[in-house]
Amino acid sequence: MKALATQKTALTGNYAVAYAVKMAKPHVIAAYPITPQTSIVEKLSEFVERGELNARFVNVESEFAAMSVVYGAAMAGARAFTATSSHGLLYMYEATWWTALSRAPVVMTVVTRTIGPPWNIHVEHNDILVLRDTGWLIAMAETVQEVLDLTIQAFRIAETAVLPTAVGLDGFVLSHSTEPVELPPQELVDKFLPPRRPDVPLLLRPGEAVTFGNLSSDNRDHARHKIATVYTAQREAKKIVSQVDEEYGRLTGRRYGGLVEWYKAGDAKNVVVCMGAWCSDAKQAVESLRRRGISIGLMRVRFLRPFPEEEVAKLDQYERVIVYDRDITPLGGVLGTEIKAHLSRAEVVNIVAGIAGVDFDAQNFYETIQKALDGSYGEVEFVV
Amino acid sequence: MSFRIDQLPKKKYVVPGNAACAGCGMMIGLKILGMALGEEAVLTIPASCASVVQGLSPKSGVAMPILNVPFASAAAVATGIAEAYRSLGIKGHAVVWAGDGGTSDIGFATLSGAAERNSNIIYIMYDNEAYMNTGIQRSSSTPLAAWTTTTPMGKRERKKDVALLMAMHGVPYVATASIAYPHDFYRKLKRAAEVQGFKFIHLHTPCPPGWRFDPAKTVEVARLAVETGVWILWEYDHGHFRLNPPSTVYADRAKRRPLVEYLKLQGRFAHVTEEQVKALEEDVEARWRSILALAKAFPQS
Repeated sequence: MKALATQKTALTGNYAVAYAVKMAKPHVIAAYPITPQTSIVEKLSEFVERGELNARFVNVESEFAAMSVVYGAAMAGARAFTATSSHGLLYMYEATWWTALSRAPVVMTVVTRTIGPPWNIHVEHNDILVLRDTGWLIAMAETVQEVLDLTIQAFRIAETAVLPTAVGLDGFVLSHSTEPVELPPQELVDKFLPPRRPDVPLLLRPGEAVTFGNLSSDNRDHARHKIATVYTAQREAKKIVSQVDEEYGRLTGRRYGGLVEWYKAGDAKNVVVCMGAWCSDAKQAVESLRRRGISIGLMRVRFLRPFPEEEVAKLDQYERVIVYDRDITPLGGVLGTEIKAHLSRAEVVNIVAGIAGVDFDAQNFYETIQKALDGSYGEVEFVV
Repeated sequence: MSFRIDQLPKKKYVVPGNAACAGCGMMIGLKILGMALGEEAVLTIPASCASVVQGLSPKSGVAMPILNVPFASAAAVATGIAEAYRSLGIKGHAVVWAGDGGTSDIGFATLSGAAERNSNIIYIMYDNEAYMNTGIQRSSSTPLAAWTTTTPMGKRERKKDVALLMAMHGVPYVATASIAYPHDFYRKLKRAAEVQGFKFIHLHTPCPPGWRFDPAKTVEVARLAVETGVWILWEYDHGHFRLNPPSTVYADRAKRRPLVEYLKLQGRFAHVTEEQVKALEEDVEARWRSILALAKAFPQS
């Protein structure tokens, strides 16, 4: 299959999403414009208008409606896609729970952006992280190439795990930056992504009297349904994510490590943990520090859901774990809090940085990693 | 279109053992929906009495495919179903069965959005004129002066006219209907099923516990609403606006029965003063003026 011609081109992260979605051949797309997501749905509506993509494009009056439309479409057996950012995701929040607990395998791109007030269109991760307890699978890309590959993978993962899947890319950093990318040939994507089964999770068809979502006769049934959906299905999805990434790697030559990517961590005493586009900057800092004789590696979280417990448990073998968060909670960062909860031996420093789109580059990583290793930081450190 | 009710399909879509209150007007409507669209309809039901009276899963008291959805989302979810069916080549109707709160209040944005983009759905608002599922709180569709638990002195505002608002969206088909006139509702459902694009039917469905009347009198109360002119039967079909019988007769105010006959049957109006009755009569008259003006402004057929 690798012999098939791949197309080399240059795309912004948002256009990479649009091209990946086009190759996944969805039946229904619904979306509402919001910065910095907008150019994804502009490009997709262009594909549909020109007849390059045979999908129904539904222009909706709000993100709440966008999520509701793709939910209805997915329950009726369609492959369905939407994209959003920040306040848009918050506005569709109620419907995202309904989607996950119905096992509707919707794929959604989240171009991550700060939540106000005050208004701010730049990158932050709190928006996509509101999905963390809903049952959605949550992935974050590092490069434009990965945005493209991960979006294609997401359809396969969502439909195999029967869980909606969100793919995050950092607002402007990835969404509006152009990088060289390889587009896999359509035949290869077709082989990788078979048509969606319309009978999973149920067949919603005229004349078939099934009901979904009405009150339970027994609250225990409801409880079991919720545990199976949110907890058990997430655990089962771990294997699916790894298998799908491996198979994609065999077909395209690009594999990313499944749930996490390890970078020069094998022989290191200390490790940095982060997710999203700034992992490239962090890797650069790791390189520089290693050249100076500092023993450090990196673990990049590709999927926050399902939570990579086994991989996170391995962090206990390092002396110091430095977790970077581009989001804030009353306890520090989300990633820092969740990782600390899984570790007992390693010393964990949680650095909250880059929130509200504040620049944070390789040099910033270099300096803050050094301080964390020096012991000059507390458990949670805010860097502005 | 002429037919006899006893010649309609015998299959029961509202089956015994459902959880509806005695005399529920909405269930009469649902039964007629089954007769008209039964094998073709896929229902989307937002939070409402209808999401409860289906009975408890895994069983169901309504023998149609039903997707229960969040309160405000119904018109958009049905749009998704309709678009999926179109893309997958499946025949059938995406039908919303929603209450007045889910339609005129919290769901109004998705409803208006679906209408504006002419989504191919049949939206039925069953109007029992308050939030009956949560225990009789006012909605924007509650009539002037009516008691509810959140308007203990009677509602101070008039009823929002959702059907007129939908007609003003310029969609292909809008109609009002009443469970007291099943022929008329059945015909309108059949018409809606023929029309491509967005269809809206506003169905008047009295609620015995919420309106405080004897459950044996549901149809009588519904009929009195039409005979007193409180509820007007009309339809807007591709730009043609016309009154439907029996309302046609009541365009003449003298032919209408006195409003108090409708009010006195219902506990929710028990407190009204003579002044309030006058205000209600004026409200009814004002509605008739706008309907008749529209019937004149738009071609009849």
